[in-house]
Amino acid sequence: MRRRAIFHNKVLPYLLLAPQVAVTLVFFLWPAGQAIYQSVLLQDPFGLRTQFVWLENFRVVLTDPLYLGSVRVTLIFSTAVTALSMGAALLFAVVADMRIRGATTYKTLLTWPYAVAPAVAASLWLFIFHPSIGLLGRRLRYLGIAWDYKLNGNQALLLVILAASWKQVSYNFLFFLAGLQAIPPSVIEAASLDTGPARRFWSIAFPLISPTTFFLLVVNVVYAFFDTFGVIHALTGGGPGKATETLIYKVYTDGVINLDLGGSSAQSMILMLVVVTLTAIQFRYIERKVHY
Amino acid sequence: MATRQRPTQWLPHFILVVGVASFAFPIYLALIGSTHDAGIIARGEMPLVPGPHGLDNYWQAWTRGSAERVKSIPVQALMFNSLVMALGITFGKIAISVISAYAVAFFVFPLRMFFFWMIFITLMLPVEVRIIPTYKVVADLGMVDSFTGLIIPLIASATATLLFRQVFLTIPDELVEAAKIDGAGALRFFWSVVIPLSRTNIAALFVILFIYGWNQYLWPLLITSSRSMETIVIGIVKMIGTGDAQTDWQIIMATTILAMLPPVAVILFMQRWFVKGLIEAEK
Repeated sequence: MRRRAIFHNKVLPYLLLAPQVAVTLVFFLWPAGQAIYQSVLLQDPFGLRTQFVWLENFRVVLTDPLYLGSVRVTLIFSTAVTALSMGAALLFAVVADMRIRGATTYKTLLTWPYAVAPAVAASLWLFIFHPSIGLLGRRLRYLGIAWDYKLNGNQALLLVILAASWKQVSYNFLFFLAGLQAIPPSVIEAASLDTGPARRFWSIAFPLISPTTFFLLVVNVVYAFFDTFGVIHALTGGGPGKATETLIYKVYTDGVINLDLGGSSAQSMILMLVVVTLTAIQFRYIERKVHY
Repeated sequence: MATRQRPTQWLPHFILVVGVASFAFPIYLALIGSTHDAGIIARGEMPLVPGPHGLDNYWQAWTRGSAERVKSIPVQALMFNSLVMALGITFGKIAISVISAYAVAFFVFPLRMFFFWMIFITLMLPVEVRIIPTYKVVADLGMVDSFTGLIIPLIASATATLLFRQVFLTIPDELVEAAKIDGAGALRFFWSVVIPLSRTNIAALFVILFIYGWNQYLWPLLITSSRSMETIVIGIVKMIGTGDAQTDWQIIMATTILAMLPPVAVILFMQRWFVKGLIEAEK
């Protein structure tokens, strides 16, 4: 879609763009450039000596078993969070789309967890699953399960997955519901003449909401990669050991705590590549969908 | 809608009730936890009904913070910091996005697409992937531990710019022509037509951005160095600390409830705009 009627002004558009462009330059592009620059340098923690090392930092990072372990954790974590939160959301959306009494109330009551900060969600889940004071944590131990997420890496990973997914269901629910409600009634009407509800969902509704599903897939992966730092920081601090150290958490520990600037920047660069890829896929796809 | 088949009645209700309950249960426990004393929680004997210490706990959290800490920050101060940051980010993002989207959508000028892509590319540079260098820029500008440092670096927004651009593209050419014939200039058109037409989009974006701002975590964690500048979300995590049984759980739970109130209230009271905002950001 291209606009034909436009305004002509030599200066105004630049003035309108100036604040956004200034912030972008100073706080986005310049630091990103610095990250690229630092990723090819080797610097001691006090910043006294700096040495140009080409792609050495990348080689070190990509062959580091700790980094590869963190890649593994990230893949498990983001797959689980995406599958769990999208699956539950789709189920709720399909049900809420049926004509049942109180649908609006249900919708409101399923929406609000979107407002809960990841770290606050972590605090809530900690209170439930704390091995000595948590309601369910104590119950699990009572049942003979050695529940202690501070000692058991798998349990820690499970807990951060649950807390991170819990918060994300609302978002996915709203999108799935909107997608389902956007299907023209005539299509459903036509389909209901010769198919049952399950068949109708899988062969009519599900394909029709595939743009929504695809969009949510990308959004959820981005969420699991980048926005869950708070959950992990508050619940497990990346531990025990490195069991819940995702890639983003490792950038933080290596850069802010261990002051390994080169290594941290190289990791930042790799993550930027991930975001660029995801965003490019998403944007191309959505642009095409919207403009037909 | 009328043609959607009436399903078996109990199953959908059952599924939705399970969903609602699994969302509400952690909050219910936190509410209960905030009304008991430290001892009963530490011993793991907390009942599932409210205790008698609710008012004391909330009052202590609000005015003094967690008692256990040597120097604790009262929740009211933490909430104030969060509020300033959230509102600053919200209005900052909306203001600079709406004008840059207007420039991109209604003007043709040299380097237009260059600037558009420059803004767009910020989508690919979330703060999480450029932690150290961004911190260094903010430090060099002397903005560490201040509201400007908390707010300004977060107000660039590709998402909001793209959203407004999409909205502006739906404004028919005829309307622009009519305005031009009536002698309205670009700024007049902006204030008298574009802003009123985007009112609901701005309201919708307000909801989403307020929640985004209130829930920030990594950035305030990096930028605040004095305890008095901490936000409520950071404050809770600091209160939890090592998270052992001796922690003041009743105060943490009271703080958790207080921290959720503003964003949840915004969602509940602005439900219509919230849903609109989320869905429209997709288009």
